[in-house]
Amino acid sequence: MQKVGIIGVGQSAFVRGYEGSIRELVFEGFSEAMRDAQIKPQDIQASIICSAPEYDKQRTPAGLMAEYLGLNPQPTFYIESVCSSSSMGLRVAFSMIQAGLHDVVAVIGFQKMSEISSAESQERMGRGADIMWESPFGTMMPAYYAMHARAHMNTYGTTEEDLALIRVKAASYGQINEKAVYRKGVTLEKALESDPVSTPLKVFDCCANADGSSCIIVASEEMAKKLSPKPVWILGLGAASAPINMAGRTTFTGLTCAREAAKQAYDMAGVGPGDIDVAEVHDCFTIAEMMAYEDLGFAEPGKGKELIRNKETYIGGKIPVNVDGGLLSKGHPIGATGGSQIRTITLQLRGEAGPMQVDGAKIGLVHNIGGVGIYGNVTIFGRDE
Amino acid sequence: MGFERFGTVSFVSQTKVAKFVDFLDEGSLMGTKCKSCGTKYFPPRNDCAECLSSDMEWFEITGPGKLVTYSKLMYAPSGFEKDLPYRICVVEYPDGVKVFGRISPSISDEELSIGMDLVAVPVKLSGDKVAYEFRRP
Repeated sequence: MQKVGIIGVGQSAFVRGYEGSIRELVFEGFSEAMRDAQIKPQDIQASIICSAPEYDKQRTPAGLMAEYLGLNPQPTFYIESVCSSSSMGLRVAFSMIQAGLHDVVAVIGFQKMSEISSAESQERMGRGADIMWESPFGTMMPAYYAMHARAHMNTYGTTEEDLALIRVKAASYGQINEKAVYRKGVTLEKALESDPVSTPLKVFDCCANADGSSCIIVASEEMAKKLSPKPVWILGLGAASAPINMAGRTTFTGLTCAREAAKQAYDMAGVGPGDIDVAEVHDCFTIAEMMAYEDLGFAEPGKGKELIRNKETYIGGKIPVNVDGGLLSKGHPIGATGGSQIRTITLQLRGEAGPMQVDGAKIGLVHNIGGVGIYGNVTIFGRDE
Repeated sequence: MGFERFGTVSFVSQTKVAKFVDFLDEGSLMGTKCKSCGTKYFPPRNDCAECLSSDMEWFEITGPGKLVTYSKLMYAPSGFEKDLPYRICVVEYPDGVKVFGRISPSISDEELSIGMDLVAVPVKLSGDKVAYEFRRP
């Protein structure tokens, strides 16, 4: 099997209330990736557009974006797995390149969440669950993750302070990420004193809605070597699913789709959790990062709290996680999030992450979850020596 | 039609298991069981994912079950604001069936503990709507 590489990455700043249309928002991430790869739109052989529906009014956004970005007449289509859409887009791009259909594919993610109110946004996200049997009770994402937090606390003795420590870490790196929506520091006291959203989760346990776009340029081994001085290779891909209905779940202390996807990715890459130098995990809520530590094997089940208490997930620790601020501080424009995570790891492996750089990072991991653990994507990346 | 009567805000009106709502009217919380392979489902389904049969029968969820996890919402999605605050939960029954729903206001926050016994009770909501909630046995 040939290798498949990343030759260009870009993202817009993640902001509140982007003052432009979705096409202009997407252009920001796309143009940055094109400059990074030093190629032109006609070098892109196919585009995959990734977002979650119902935030803006555009139906079939792939057609719109392909035209606006100068990607006609090449094929374009839409991929959706809510919050993990662009990681799923990367998986499809990998498959098309491996199949020999294309040599260069753009994976473009976006979301403009500010076109609707926060309550409307919660209503839409709540409908990203089982609308027949759960949404009629008034569900929303924080409440679902809060049930996982409650179960984790009850089973393992994890505390609200442990979760707050994850937010403190995210904010410390969000401050130095110029693309992040939340650029302020958060003290432990401030995190713990914030208002409850859905117990035991509080305001500072939740990521910020944001508008943003991301773009990843994926290429065949031959083309990557030709076009890029520092290609970042896709070493392993894992993807899995779990029941959308909470009644179908076997555990609430972790996400089975993440565990399954991680196993696949580690097996394909031929590495284990101890080999990962830097990771981006889907911290839509602090509990989500805590569960990711354990689902990815960075810690034994129930021991994730030791990692954050001992600052092992900071730069300089055993396994730096979300040192770009994560979704918590960077913001979570749903369809753009996976691409932003992949961008961060690509920059880390190239040694171009600036003040967020983990020295000598060779192997990086992206954990990107759709819905409350409905879709799990884990991808492992590496670089040439 | 008929299923739009389920819950505070319903998003589905037509389903082949709409009789679930009639059972709630009569005071019973029902799941379905595959007549072919015996797999039990809650929420109820018209079709069996184990053996692909659509020959199902209803069975009653009888309690008590045990509280698996819960959360109290201080914010609500649009359409549910007047219910705030409310608590959602998952309850597991001895036969392994799990049920998602709300906890009755008759139980205080302080009384809640994971593993406690709860029973599902059908309730009438305003506007001819129906649901169920979990109460003490």
